[in-house]
Amino acid sequence: MDWSYLGTLDYRRSLALQELRREKLRAGQANEALLLLEHPHIYTLGRNADRADILAGSDWLQSRGVKVEECDRGGQVTYHGPGQLVGYPILDLNPDRRDLRRYVRDLQEVLVRVLAEVGLAAEPRSKSPEIGVWVEGKKIASLGVHVSRWITTHGFALNVNTDLSYFAAIVPCGIQGVEMTSVAELTGRNLPLKDLAALCVHHTAEVFQRRPLAMTSEELMG
Amino acid sequence: MATEVIMPEMGESIAEGTITKWLVQVGERVERDQPLFEVSTDKVDAEIPSPASGTLLVVHHGEGATVQVNELVAIVGEPGEQPETQSVAAPAGVEAPVVEASEPVEAAVEQPVLVAESAPTQEVVVGEDSQLVDRIRQFSSPLVRKMAAAEGVDLSQIQGTGIHGRVTKQDMQGYLERRSAAPPSTVAPPPAAPASPMRTAEVVTAARRASVGDFQVAAYHEGDNVEIEPMSNIRRLTASHMVYSKATSAHVSTVFHVDLSRVAKVRARAKQGFAQTHGTKLTFMPFIFKAVANALTAFPNLNSSIDGTNIVHKKDINLGMAVALDWGLLVPVIRHADRLNLVGLAKTANDLAERARSKRLSPEEVQGGTFTVTNPGVFGSLFGTPIINQPQVAILGIGAIEKRPVVVNDDDGNDTIAIKTMCYFALTFDHRLVDGAEADSFMNHLRRTLLEETWSELDSFQ
Repeated sequence: MDWSYLGTLDYRRSLALQELRREKLRAGQANEALLLLEHPHIYTLGRNADRADILAGSDWLQSRGVKVEECDRGGQVTYHGPGQLVGYPILDLNPDRRDLRRYVRDLQEVLVRVLAEVGLAAEPRSKSPEIGVWVEGKKIASLGVHVSRWITTHGFALNVNTDLSYFAAIVPCGIQGVEMTSVAELTGRNLPLKDLAALCVHHTAEVFQRRPLAMTSEELMG
Repeated sequence: MATEVIMPEMGESIAEGTITKWLVQVGERVERDQPLFEVSTDKVDAEIPSPASGTLLVVHHGEGATVQVNELVAIVGEPGEQPETQSVAAPAGVEAPVVEASEPVEAAVEQPVLVAESAPTQEVVVGEDSQLVDRIRQFSSPLVRKMAAAEGVDLSQIQGTGIHGRVTKQDMQGYLERRSAAPPSTVAPPPAAPASPMRTAEVVTAARRASVGDFQVAAYHEGDNVEIEPMSNIRRLTASHMVYSKATSAHVSTVFHVDLSRVAKVRARAKQGFAQTHGTKLTFMPFIFKAVANALTAFPNLNSSIDGTNIVHKKDINLGMAVALDWGLLVPVIRHADRLNLVGLAKTANDLAERARSKRLSPEEVQGGTFTVTNPGVFGSLFGTPIINQPQVAILGIGAIEKRPVVVNDDDGNDTIAIKTMCYFALTFDHRLVDGAEADSFMNHLRRTLLEETWSELDSFQ
């Protein structure tokens, strides 16, 4: 499994990168991959999303420089932005892991283990609409996955130093009244995303029993 | 040869998926393995590839439909093929499943523990000719046929709940569980055998575990003349909130007949000047908001919330005002309503309503309400008994404001009939926290303010 921390990457470019990697993986021309990165401010709408879940008007969105994009992952509305670690595992679940719910569970397990390393007792919630990872009754990480012939794209978003006020403008995951939190809010520490990215790689490799292969961002994006 | 496309197995304990998008339209050509439609289940969105090359002939489920695993979704074949007859006649084994199940028999679906005690003991297809039974067997998915073969089960002995009576994986699992619970020698154990002491105990336990809340009524039956439309998110959220509220609070409603004659008079006199001076119209609502804010100051218990066994006293009076929109209901909030005068209340309320309609509210403007006022009267309702907007403990519904004959007592003590501007106010309160006497005192306070207040603030308008 190739991996790299790509820094800040535009949402659309990350989509293109995932699709390219998926097709190469399918054709046997590339390894599986774990892309780790952060996005500029954006609200993304999953397949089950409703535009009405973005409570903010277009004036507000414009004034704060937030984009809105529709995409083909499962789930509803979410926010991505600076300080949030986004992980896109491009994994082939064939032939031994062909179970969508197990995949979501495994991703949750990765995040629970990562959070344990920074001293947080996280709880995976697997009942819709609360699917995600929660700490002390607040949601810290969201999931949204796309599977095409058992190859995964999209993935998870972990709030590390995220400005949580951006979540107030949406109904995250369609759950009204959900409170979001972040590693910084809970631990009082500002951890670099890169450190958490390394933890994500380690635990993804363990949970999915893959061998991690570090790449530079140029290699991974080339 | 036409090929059936079925809802594939997507993993243990996933019984259904919702079709979110058809990527190929009926009549279009599709290659084997080309993505045919997208399915969404919880947080996962999956592309389902076509099991064969050909033309998409029939689509059984449109976008938004939730379909059981192994149920028939579509048929791919050659143009001109008769899909119905072809697929009925298709010999078993031809249609490969889109995705092979990795583990065929998983005890995935929650079955009541003592299902063998309460369920009809044996379901046998009665009165069907053997040809139909044959067809049902052929209609069953490869997975179910495989399970049947492995377990030595005759599929025609099971009542299918799938489309056209197909035997689904759940049917098969249920059958196998009931079979293993039954004595091995009897194929069909007689129903309602006299209960042994052991059995009675089990029945009691089963009854305790079961809930009377399980009652359900189907919204429609197959063949009914209906059209299915998925709910919008705002609709779904409203539905959840309403049911949650009903299940949370002990709703009680009380109705008062309120005399708004003085308000009507002051308003009639001031409204033109008010509009010219302040650039916004003067409706009855600012008067009512003002009176409500005063009453809440006098009865702060109605401006609170319940947190477990604690009472959360809200120090700010933030009035939610329900605004009906074409696409649903929003409740923007007038913050610190008690600190605003009539001009401030009118401006704020009109501005919030206007921006709610044009979708220009910011998110914090619909949060933090401590008490809600709703106005079904604008639609002609005399009074309604609204549902509490959680986590608040009371909501006031304003009925239609109209002139009505009422009996009044004049200065000489004579009863006469007068024409007054009247309105029914209905308060729904949470009896967990608020008792009837307090709710009615609150309402009396409100009624008296509206009856007696002179609204000197508007004196400048003639």
